[in-house]
Amino acid sequence: MFRFANPNRFMNWSGKLLPWCAAATAILLIVGTYLALFVAPPDYQQGEAVRIMYVHVPAAWMASFVYGVMAASSAVALIWRHPVADIAAQQSAPLGAGFTLLCLVSGSLWGEPMWGTWWVWDARLTSVLVLFFLYLGYIALVNAFDEPTRGARAGAILALVGVVNLPIIKFSVDWWNTLHQPASVFRIGAPTIAASMLWPLLIMAVGFTLFYVTLLLVRMRSALMAAKLRALRLQEFQAA
Amino acid sequence: MAAIAQFFDMGGYARFVWPAWGLAVIVLGGLLIDSVVTYRKRRRELDAAEERKR
Repeated sequence: MFRFANPNRFMNWSGKLLPWCAAATAILLIVGTYLALFVAPPDYQQGEAVRIMYVHVPAAWMASFVYGVMAASSAVALIWRHPVADIAAQQSAPLGAGFTLLCLVSGSLWGEPMWGTWWVWDARLTSVLVLFFLYLGYIALVNAFDEPTRGARAGAILALVGVVNLPIIKFSVDWWNTLHQPASVFRIGAPTIAASMLWPLLIMAVGFTLFYVTLLLVRMRSALMAAKLRALRLQEFQAA
Repeated sequence: MAAIAQFFDMGGYARFVWPAWGLAVIVLGGLLIDSVVTYRKRRRELDAAEERKR
């Protein structure tokens, strides 16, 4: 696996993979948006407001998924001191924060017409807000050191400690009373959501995932180029 | 015309549905633009540095 994580090899394969990822992302998001806004039926209780689901739910899944990737990369970076793993974690953070913000605001816009309130301090909403602050805290911590490797180490430790929040988010709707509905797709037994809504939702979710993968590759390539640039400038400085 | 107006009305939920989708466009679009602009800048800087080295 580490063969593909060598910086030069990474630049090589990610450059080849990128156009395919970008094309697949564009197709899935366009098809998903079309299905979500024009084809999927209105809900028998929620009417057209249910169309918020097609951005809220994929954003919510990505909020947790990206954090999982960030924590796993941080673990690899701490254990094997692999620089590309650090870059993967650091470049995931702003993307995860974006998905979490989208999840929170779209959820609020869905809550007002359906629950009659923009916000409640229950376990699901609060734990996702904590996730958002974990992303922001991670970004701040990584950039708080003059020595980049120390910032990376501190950030990696924070990312790993924050993993405790992920099961709390997932099971908060089962463990505590909440206005939020329980899981209807990733649950034991069959999904409880109608197929006519499930398919547009899954296409949007795969589109969001590929969007994340595409931007992560772009951002990791930028970060590796920046590292190479620093090395070249150091050489110039030493030669002068 | 009426069908288009009806679509944008979203069964009376327009003021909730469209801000949610609009924010999705802003957040995903913003991340996309930031990532691509930074990428092009790094590419230019790196090409210039490698040019100087030669």
